[in-house]
Amino acid sequence: MLGFVLSRLLTFIPTFLGVTLISFSFIRALPGDPIIVMAGERGLTDERYQELVRQYGFDKPVFQQYLDYLWGVLHGDLGQSFVTKRPVWDEFFSLFPATLELSICAMIFAVALGLPAGVIAAVNRGKLPDRALMSAALVGYSMPIFWWALLLIILFSGMLGWTPVSGRISLLYYFEPVTGFMLIDSLLSGQKGAFASAASHLALPTVVLGTIPLAVIARQTRSAMLEVLGEDYIRTARAKGLSPARVNGVHALRNALIPVVTVIGLMVGTLLAGAILTETIFSWPGIGKWMVDSIFRRDYPVVQGGLLLIATMVMIVNLTVDVLYGFINPKIRRR
Amino acid sequence: MSLLDIRNLTVEFATAAGPFRAVEGVDVTLEKGEVLAIVGESGSGKSVSMLAIMGLLPWTATVTADRMAFEGRDLRELSPAQRRKIIGKDMAMIFQEPMSSLNPCFTVGFQIKEALRQHTDLDRKARHARAVELFEQVGIPAPERRLKAYPHQMSGGMNQRVMIAMAIACNPKLLIADEPTTALDVTIQAQILDLLLDLRRRNGMALALITHDMGVVAETAERVSVHYAGQKVEEQPVEGLFARPFHPYTGALLAALPERATSRRLPTIPGVVPGQFDRPAGCLFAPRCRHASDICRARRPEPLGPEMGRARCHTPLTADGNGVMQPQRMVTT
Ligand SMILES: Nc1ncnc2c1ncn2[C@@H]1O[C@H](COP(=O)(O)OP(=O)(O)O)[C@@H](O)[C@H]1O
Ligand code: SF4
Ligand SMILES: [Mg+2]
Repeated sequence: MLGFVLSRLLTFIPTFLGVTLISFSFIRALPGDPIIVMAGERGLTDERYQELVRQYGFDKPVFQQYLDYLWGVLHGDLGQSFVTKRPVWDEFFSLFPATLELSICAMIFAVALGLPAGVIAAVNRGKLPDRALMSAALVGYSMPIFWWALLLIILFSGMLGWTPVSGRISLLYYFEPVTGFMLIDSLLSGQKGAFASAASHLALPTVVLGTIPLAVIARQTRSAMLEVLGEDYIRTARAKGLSPARVNGVHALRNALIPVVTVIGLMVGTLLAGAILTETIFSWPGIGKWMVDSIFRRDYPVVQGGLLLIATMVMIVNLTVDVLYGFINPKIRRR
Repeated sequence: MSLLDIRNLTVEFATAAGPFRAVEGVDVTLEKGEVLAIVGESGSGKSVSMLAIMGLLPWTATVTADRMAFEGRDLRELSPAQRRKIIGKDMAMIFQEPMSSLNPCFTVGFQIKEALRQHTDLDRKARHARAVELFEQVGIPAPERRLKAYPHQMSGGMNQRVMIAMAIACNPKLLIADEPTTALDVTIQAQILDLLLDLRRRNGMALALITHDMGVVAETAERVSVHYAGQKVEEQPVEGLFARPFHPYTGALLAALPERATSRRLPTIPGVVPGQFDRPAGCLFAPRCRHASDICRARRPEPLGPEMGRARCHTPLTADGNGVMQPQRMVTT
């Protein structure tokens, strides 16, 4: 197992280099000069402009700039934001918990509903529950996130007034972050109503971000279950006199989980992409919104460092999924 | 009272191309401790009829019967939960493919203990002890260690032993073995069969053995029933069947054995078992039967009396096995 993890870590190196190169080139490929953007309406004198160009190293050949950047990255230095002057690293980790909290909740939502939905659909193949669930999944999958978010906001925030439309918690509450997760910090603060406020802020973004993963998981679970239900070992399980709940929920689901976990792992990237949109819609102060803002500001170090950190996260999650996969599927583990 | 008493069992599958009758009017009786061999070519409904008795057919199957009694209880009157109390406990089944019949995600120990937990009051430790004991009984070496193994870490023969251990875990009164050795190496086949016969002698259970191997039939069975295209076409005590077959299909099976006792495979007869779309109107064997006459093609024969091996034939074979009796004398009642 350890050897497996180490060998996978080695494959990270080329991916890592690739991401630095792509993020470095991507932001430079966009039209617009970051110094001009920074100066904004006020404008700049020529001397000041040249000074800044030298200060940021834009006078050097692009290739040299890339090597300098890479050198910094290898030393753990992702540079500073052009805008806030704070280290990219610090900004990322102050915002990341918000995204992580949202993503985890969305994933829990998707798995908690998607797995049972897939199992129920497969067990009732072709009957009403199957058709209803799979139609719903198709709708959920094809619904544009923006539109879905607006519908939910109109219904739950506008008409019913149940949920707020932006932010992580009501302005009435203030406490120092401990874990960075609002749900936990609000409980730790001991302030009455803080948790409820945090939860109600989280509800709609969670549903919006979790809908596509939910649909994907439900469909994947259903097709994996259908395949597994025809296997000989399911007949053996039934021949033992086990209840349908145990046959479907233990013997079948355990095997069906193998492809489903892979899909869940692959969806982490999709989830982060969805987070960018969701955070923008709900003014959720996470890295998605941060990345979008930084791209518009041509904040080179933030975009480069942010993308690199996001890519690293995705790689780590995928590795975790592979390890988890080994635990679920003994055939892989023992090899 | 027979252990198992099934009358006029019929199984119909709903398929995309319409209903398909895979089992038609089959009777099965088994006495306590008896060994019944079921023979017949692939596709003759042997597995389906046994799965119907176990209640393991998919939902596309419709099972009907005049009588379906196990130990005098009508299986059709039981609720699914009541039936699950019998399945895996008093009535167990092992299958043709041991490698795919065990769940790859769980250790074999988990799978055998699960059967014990389902049907006995044994606690964890007692279940473990019983699992070890069962593994010893079926000849699995180093049982303590093997309990922790996954199916893919063991050979087909070992997996079949695990399947057998699981099936006999609760001392069933009936064990149905569906071609338990077909997928195994020749050397292992004999071991597994000896094991089954040994277990049935020690535990006094009845054994329904589906097999392709006429040699095995001759050596092991007390009674033989011959299936063809979903019907039981003949049934006799084993000596009688080999000495004097009544149904032309049985006759052809035996005649095609070059040296009866030495050939171990089911002999081949020209032609194929009729499928869903080419089921004859009259006798199902007529297209391949040497003795087929007009009446055979027109009317489906009913089983004859027990003295005639309950053969489903208008004109059963004469004693020399070459000729047939006159049809008019054989019109059934
Ligand atoms: N689930 C099913 N759906 C439709 N037809 C089936 C199904 N299972 C078996 N059959 C058909 O029933 C017939 C008898 O099959 P089976 O009992 O497996 O034969 P065998 O005597 O070789 O065990 C075959 O023609 C087979 O194709
Ligand atoms: S009924 Fe006729 S066709 Fe059928 S087995 Fe007997 S002799 Fe052959
Ligand atoms: Mg079969």
